[in-house]
Amino acid sequence: MNAPLRRVGLVVMVLFGLLFANLNWIQAYKADDYRNSDYNGRVQVAEYERKRGNIEAGGTAFAVSKETDGELEYLRTYPGGEKYAHAIGYKPVNLADTGIEEAENAFLAGTSDQLIGDRLRDLVTGDETAGANVLLTISEQAQDVAYEQLRDNRAGVSKGAAIALDPRTGAVQALVSMPSFDPNPLASHDSDEATTAYNKLQQNPDGPLKNRALGEVLPPGSTFKIVTAAAALENGVTQDTKIPAGPSWTPPTSGKPIENAAPSICPEEEVTLMNAVTESCNTGFAQLGVRLGADTLKEKARQFGFEQDDLTVGRLGEDGEPVAASRTGGMENPDGSVDQAALAQSSIGQRDVRMTPLQGALIAATVANDGSQMRPYLVSQILGADRTTNYYTAEPDELRQPVSDQVAADLREMMESVVQNGTGRNARISGYTVGGKTGTAESGPDTPDHGWFIGFALDEDGNPVSAVCVLLEESGDGGSAEAARIAGQIMRAAIASPGSR
Amino acid sequence: MTVAATSTSPPTTTGGQSGVRLARSRRNAELSLLLLAMVLVAAYGAMVEASVLDTVTPSFWVPAAALSAVFLGLHVVIRFLAPFADPALLPSVALLNGLGVGFLHRLDLARATPAERAELATFAGTGGRQLAWTLISVALAAGLLAVVRDHRSISRYAYTLGLAGIVLVMIPAVLPRSISEINGAKLWIRVGGLSIQPGEFAKLALLAFFAYYLVRKREVLSLASRRFLGVDLPRGRDLGPVVVVWLISLLVLVFEKDLGTSLLYFGMFVATLYIATERVSWLLIGLVLFFGGAYLAYVLGDVVGGPFANFYLRANIWLDPFADPYNDGYQLVQGLLALGSGGMFGAGPGAGQPLKLPEVQNDFIFAGLGEEIGLFGLSALLVVYLLIVERGLRAALAVHDSFGKLLAGGLAFTLGLQVFVIVGGISGLIPLTGQTTPFLSAGGSSLMANWLLIAILLRVSDAARRPVTGGGAPSTRPTGGPPEQLHGAPTEVIRP
Repeated sequence: MNAPLRRVGLVVMVLFGLLFANLNWIQAYKADDYRNSDYNGRVQVAEYERKRGNIEAGGTAFAVSKETDGELEYLRTYPGGEKYAHAIGYKPVNLADTGIEEAENAFLAGTSDQLIGDRLRDLVTGDETAGANVLLTISEQAQDVAYEQLRDNRAGVSKGAAIALDPRTGAVQALVSMPSFDPNPLASHDSDEATTAYNKLQQNPDGPLKNRALGEVLPPGSTFKIVTAAAALENGVTQDTKIPAGPSWTPPTSGKPIENAAPSICPEEEVTLMNAVTESCNTGFAQLGVRLGADTLKEKARQFGFEQDDLTVGRLGEDGEPVAASRTGGMENPDGSVDQAALAQSSIGQRDVRMTPLQGALIAATVANDGSQMRPYLVSQILGADRTTNYYTAEPDELRQPVSDQVAADLREMMESVVQNGTGRNARISGYTVGGKTGTAESGPDTPDHGWFIGFALDEDGNPVSAVCVLLEESGDGGSAEAARIAGQIMRAAIASPGSR
Repeated sequence: MTVAATSTSPPTTTGGQSGVRLARSRRNAELSLLLLAMVLVAAYGAMVEASVLDTVTPSFWVPAAALSAVFLGLHVVIRFLAPFADPALLPSVALLNGLGVGFLHRLDLARATPAERAELATFAGTGGRQLAWTLISVALAAGLLAVVRDHRSISRYAYTLGLAGIVLVMIPAVLPRSISEINGAKLWIRVGGLSIQPGEFAKLALLAFFAYYLVRKREVLSLASRRFLGVDLPRGRDLGPVVVVWLISLLVLVFEKDLGTSLLYFGMFVATLYIATERVSWLLIGLVLFFGGAYLAYVLGDVVGGPFANFYLRANIWLDPFADPYNDGYQLVQGLLALGSGGMFGAGPGAGQPLKLPEVQNDFIFAGLGEEIGLFGLSALLVVYLLIVERGLRAALAVHDSFGKLLAGGLAFTLGLQVFVIVGGISGLIPLTGQTTPFLSAGGSSLMANWLLIAILLRVSDAARRPVTGGGAPSTRPTGGPPEQLHGAPTEVIRP
């Protein structure tokens, strides 16, 4: 009986070997996956033993960790409240992190490999050196104005977004999504309070947790005419070329006529491209788009950044908050040929064309910056806890060159005309040259139209200083004029803020 | 307590020509190992307090001291009643048992509010109850050593034990759900505030019966056989009673909805059969039967449902625990997350969050420990378990009689298999089945049954290591030939 006993001993060894191998797999190889799993409700107590770094904008901290008497040593607080909720995100105890709090967690929490010096020093001194501080590109003044103007908008709209960029660098000057929320209860150490607050926000039909500036895609309406105009300028049309217009135009294959927003807009047979942009002439742009063709139009939109689904806004070259892809949508018949009616409607930003507010701001910024589109970013600098060690400084980076500087200059003149003489008069700022384009997008048979404005401001030397996009959802008539007014206010604040020049 | 250690010097054999090495009782080695284990348990308790309370209370050593007193008592009993028993068994088990009590006390601390923590008495809560169960279990083990002076005497009651085993297994199946069911498994007898798991004891009784019966029938089982499909099968009448016992326990287990126990009985049965007959074919038949049966149960669970639905669900959870992480897969997912969160070194005793785990004081205690002591700590625990199993098998190898070999071998293997089933279950290696983790899980039945198991291993190892002439035990017993009940069974295998 001894031989089988020995073999049974061997079997037990093998079984325990399997257990050991499996534990290695779970606790060594897969440990990080499990530790950081979304299903893992463990409070990372260790994370709360070290003071988390600040998130600051313009020298003021808008995410600060404060010492507590409780089990978790630091409480994350957001002095900016609703105003900075979408720009910063939040860091709850049990729920998922969002925004910059999530993207820069390694630096904020002090666990980044680059902070190894601090950690080694901690080993010797026994202290817990705080995490690094993240400095945002946000201008306090522009953010104040964007938040307040959007909240108190005269169109009485409850949903919308505003985003402002520095066209020369891509730095985000303001980022507001409406309605917003107070991140403080979400970061509460009382998990019931945090969960209750979260569920309430989650169930709100207006979706306050959603970052509309980066994540909302809606029909851009006439703001998309800038893309159509850019395609036309590259295909033999100039500012002064007369294009067919008229009070109404029916695309070749569709019985539904395209009309202008008002009878006073381009009723004549032909208008110049300059006038078509200034007045926002639908019939002119619909025919122009059909003449250019679907491929040309889609390609131009793609060059401006449509269809990109992997853009993030945070630190350059690193992860940040994801940006929803803007789309031109389908313009084909089921048999593959171009659906002329769809193309005509797409040319004026209707049909299946969808755009994020960020994409709108990028179009305006590109036009202002001689056709060069800079990669948008939110993090300007990362400073160590000692505030002297610099771990990162943003180095602006060109994302793409959608149009030549000549085409950009033409577009700029036309957009300036919109604000000087056309639909965007509300955006004017004394002492600065402002250009822009309004948009009123039909959203459906029963819902009011969305109001858009994209625009830019140049200083007296002609340098672009701000580009902005304002969206007022379901604002109806006059929404785009109000959007233009808010855009002007935001740009004025961005210009006035220190460090903008 | 140390008085006992110095006052009774180990009996040594002088002049016996049987190997001097064999004659050493190694009781002092057992004592020092035991004290080392208790130092570890005390250190664990101190680390838990430092982490949870931010301070080490002046009474941190009390649970470890109480446990030491209990185990030293057993050590003294072993000195008198089983002086040649394996010295590694008691300290190993004491370490596991002590850490179990420590971890359960740590759970009590986690459940208490900060204000209550300081007040929490050493002997309160699940930790305190486990301490009391330890005292009772160790007393039972000592009692068994006192009553059973020769393990072969157990064979006298083999049929009684077999019957008792079946009855014990069947009781919860027959009882109404309100009394027998906890968490979907009908394994319990709940009387008043007390829950008894009779299956834990049935394991021991059935194994004693298997061992006796297989020793008697070993010769016929391995020689008188019919060849079928190239495999030697024993005659039905030889195997009948064993198969019946096994079938009944399996059937009952299907109705008790506990896969783990059924797997345990099956493994126990196949292992003893293999040890008795030395036929690899039995292992093959067993494995084919088991995996075939498991697959069939899976398919039946999918198609028919009914009593097999439970197994189907468990197998699916095992295949993809994250498919439904908040309902079906919740337990396993939380177990994996706890283990993963612990990583290689663990959060440190008292620094994890074991209350995130369901059933952390029972099925998932190993995962709860794993979060705090990490891969290195769990590996050490596995090694301790392995040590106990291998020492048990060693006793089986060294003991001279076939009944002792089967009994010790079967018990040691069963213990190892149980650890495999539960640890493999909570770590996703095999489908999760409800099993207690020997010596760690909260609960008196499991602790008592496993301490009785250890007492039997101690008894067998004492017989195995006892020099042929002389001996420390006052009792005179036959060292040669088997007792009368075993007259039919040869002590050695005839087959080449």
